[in-house]
Amino acid sequence: MRVIIVGAGQVGSSIAESLDDDHEVVVIDTDDSRVESLTYSLDVLAIEGDGTSLATLREADVGAADLFIASTDDDETNIVTCATAKTASDAFTIARVRSTNYLQTWEESGGAFGVDFMVSTNLLAAETITRIIGLPAAQNVDVFAEGSVLLAEFCIPTNSPIAGQTVAEADDQFNELTVAAVLHEDGLIVPDGETKLATGDEIVVIGSAESTRAFAADLATDRDENRDVVIIGGSEIAVQTAELLEDRGLQPRLIENDPDRARELAERLPQTTVMSSDATDREFLTREHVGDADVAIAALGSDEKNLLASLLADRVGVDRTIAVVESGEYTDLFEAVGVDAAINPRDATAEEIIRFTLDGRMENVAIIDHDRAEVLEIQIDDDSALAGRPITDATDDLPARVTIGAITRDGEFITPRGDTVVEVGDHVVVFVETEAVDAVASRL
Amino acid sequence: MASKWSSSRLRVDWRTSIGLVGTVVKYLSATLLVPLAVALFYGRDVLTFAIAFLITVIVGLGLERVEPDPDLGTREGFLMVALTWLVVALVGTVPYLLAGMGTGSTLAHPINALFESMSGFTTTGATMMGEISFTQHSHALLLWRQLTQWLGGMGIVVLAVAILPELSVGGAQLMDAEAPGPGIEKLTPRIAETARVLWLVYLGFTVLEMVLLYGLHLGGLAPNMELYNAVSHALTTLPTGGFSPEARSIEAFSAAVQWLIIPFMIAAGANFALFWHALTGNPEKLTQDTEFRSYVGIIGVLTAVIAGLLFTGAGIETVTDAVPPIIGQVEDALRHALFNVVSIITTTGFANMDFTTWSAPAKTILLFAMFIGGSAGSTGSAVKIIRWVVIVKSLRRELFTTVHPEAVSPVRLAGRVIDERAIRGIYAFTLLYVALFAFASLLIVIDSWRVGYTISTLEATSAIASTLGNVGPGFGAVGPMNNYLDFPATSKLLMTFLMWIGRLEILPVLVLLTPSYWRT
Repeated sequence: MRVIIVGAGQVGSSIAESLDDDHEVVVIDTDDSRVESLTYSLDVLAIEGDGTSLATLREADVGAADLFIASTDDDETNIVTCATAKTASDAFTIARVRSTNYLQTWEESGGAFGVDFMVSTNLLAAETITRIIGLPAAQNVDVFAEGSVLLAEFCIPTNSPIAGQTVAEADDQFNELTVAAVLHEDGLIVPDGETKLATGDEIVVIGSAESTRAFAADLATDRDENRDVVIIGGSEIAVQTAELLEDRGLQPRLIENDPDRARELAERLPQTTVMSSDATDREFLTREHVGDADVAIAALGSDEKNLLASLLADRVGVDRTIAVVESGEYTDLFEAVGVDAAINPRDATAEEIIRFTLDGRMENVAIIDHDRAEVLEIQIDDDSALAGRPITDATDDLPARVTIGAITRDGEFITPRGDTVVEVGDHVVVFVETEAVDAVASRL
Repeated sequence: MASKWSSSRLRVDWRTSIGLVGTVVKYLSATLLVPLAVALFYGRDVLTFAIAFLITVIVGLGLERVEPDPDLGTREGFLMVALTWLVVALVGTVPYLLAGMGTGSTLAHPINALFESMSGFTTTGATMMGEISFTQHSHALLLWRQLTQWLGGMGIVVLAVAILPELSVGGAQLMDAEAPGPGIEKLTPRIAETARVLWLVYLGFTVLEMVLLYGLHLGGLAPNMELYNAVSHALTTLPTGGFSPEARSIEAFSAAVQWLIIPFMIAAGANFALFWHALTGNPEKLTQDTEFRSYVGIIGVLTAVIAGLLFTGAGIETVTDAVPPIIGQVEDALRHALFNVVSIITTTGFANMDFTTWSAPAKTILLFAMFIGGSAGSTGSAVKIIRWVVIVKSLRRELFTTVHPEAVSPVRLAGRVIDERAIRGIYAFTLLYVALFAFASLLIVIDSWRVGYTISTLEATSAIASTLGNVGPGFGAVGPMNNYLDFPATSKLLMTFLMWIGRLEILPVLVLLTPSYWRT
């Protein structure tokens, strides 16, 4: 497949990075130093030029492209770039936008601006944050099979009833739930029944929405449902998180230092209490009882501020802290020093865009632990190695260890156990290590 | 030389304003042809209206000559609106003066005539007529009195904007200065079209009420609601005016008539733009409107309280023979409570019984209701529901920010944020309104004391609240079945002034009194 990516920022580069092995990738950027560095670091053709100019696109041979991704930092540029590409090519166009304004227009019109798929970075990050808030103790949550299957990452807290149990015991205890992976300090394990779960382990579970929630509640017995949410910072991600929380009937609080921005946000968010203050002012945090909050979300402009704000929130007594991290390499660091969940908006965007490069039967993908593993949703056809056989037999034939996390048949959730028979037409959520993805996916 | 001096000092092209006032008056003279026709029919006061028509045409043409080529700006707009209402009220006195000459009518006195005319055009409904009867006044004159209210209701300037092409530019600002409520809503891209739509809705409601009232008469449910009365009362319901050719106001008519007039008063006190939306296929705009809901809610609550008071007898001080018994009668208690509450809140001023006979609690509720007023964009006056809603919301915000000083919370109306400047404007207006009320009440009390006219505080304050809010009746001496004749002339002039600035919502007139308006 020939892929053209306009804009080699963090999102553009990470998409290019994950595609350059299997696809012909052309990257266009206006910054010559970036173009030069990409030429050497990745196996891609990098062109310096303006993506909105037809001449540049022709140089990239847009006519032969199958997939066209506009991922610069500017919404309008991305939209115009896609529209321009459409005049000279039949490629599937993807535009990355920040504003939900364009996204709404695009959704309502069923595909405006010559854009075939529109991804809003901020909205995706906000959706991830609200999903995590909905599941106490979760570090990351993804949805599959139109919401009936949840994938969640947890860190097993001390004195959790699950600590010390084996995976088989945990699976038995929770119907409709499978432990798909255990992330130790020394790496990722695809567990078998005998694998022991210990305090501090990060585990990935896949299951029906109800049982994942029940699991989350059991895992951290001391945590109630999160009703009182404080959002620190007034970035677009913060606003969209607040909007999503408002939609769920919550009334979050939002702290923004700049009075003008605070006013603007207060006008946009009718159910949110917007406060104009410095979120690192301890006296203010005490006076407003921020410490009583169930969750604090740090969504300020920079990673450093987010770290500081979430640590301070933790210090004044907030149960859970979630921080937005712009640079992917810091997510682990954040979680190591005590932030309960670190969210990288670009991961979510890249995930969303990469799923379009997948095989037609694959409907959804989630990337686990910086691309060490992937979770795929696949519809089973006649050629699949899984079709018509019990899971234990089928997985033995596959070239690498996989975990079948969930099966949905005609919208019904089926708990996969060793003797479960997969039928043609089932939707299967599979956990695979990244290096084996291509080999496994072709067999399924 | 003199004109050069004035043009170098004054920054307002007053000639333009006067010229345009002349144009409005010129066209307005046509409305005098209606009472003239009635005069011809009944054979009384024909000469009065023929002369009045001529005088009005001459005044209009004369004023128009002051500036044959008007160039309207913002400042000229304020002056024009204020002057229009003053000149129209002055011209409107002519029929009263001419008809009253030599008949012993109280309106023969120029100050009384001016009060009556201003009360008419501003849709107040306070009267200087000592005796309201067809033996004292002709059918034509009493119809003219009703007609002044109908013309003033939706607004003379709005009517002018709808008709006169020279007012299309700057018309929005003119309407803004005249129309009740903060700001106007443009329903159509062209302001003249918006003005026409509003007048059309207004006309439609008026005709509907006429037909229904007369229908009741033909159906035998309203023996004395003849065609003349049906027309007369429709003409003063929709503008929330309150004049009636019957001395006992609506008390003179059957319960069916009273029930029928109530919804029309309610409609008159609602935003006419909402009816336009409802008629063009958006009825939810009416039912979901915050102001309309508050308006209906306030009417409901006050009616329930007063109906309870009347039903138990706690709301009645002296039982009158003028109306059938109310105490213990559900329909009577409810009808009298609803009718008078609606009449006062919408600033109409009709009465279906003399509420001066009510007890102090019931009367005080009515006094406070005079400050509520109709909706923005209605024909009602006083403070207006929308302003109270905003004030209540912003006070609630103040309480919240006292506890949370860093909280930023905009005031919202049906989800839409209200600009802080608009809120300040609303506070300023309301404060000014209340301050003017207090100051004018004091002046009236002093003035009455000066001439030895005894008046209670309730009577004095109700007279001021009633004239400033363009309601009409007050309590006691100025009650719904009485008149304002006994006040000294200076008080009458003050109240005439209050009706004038009350109709224009104070600021467009007060701005004329500031030096910076006239210079720089």
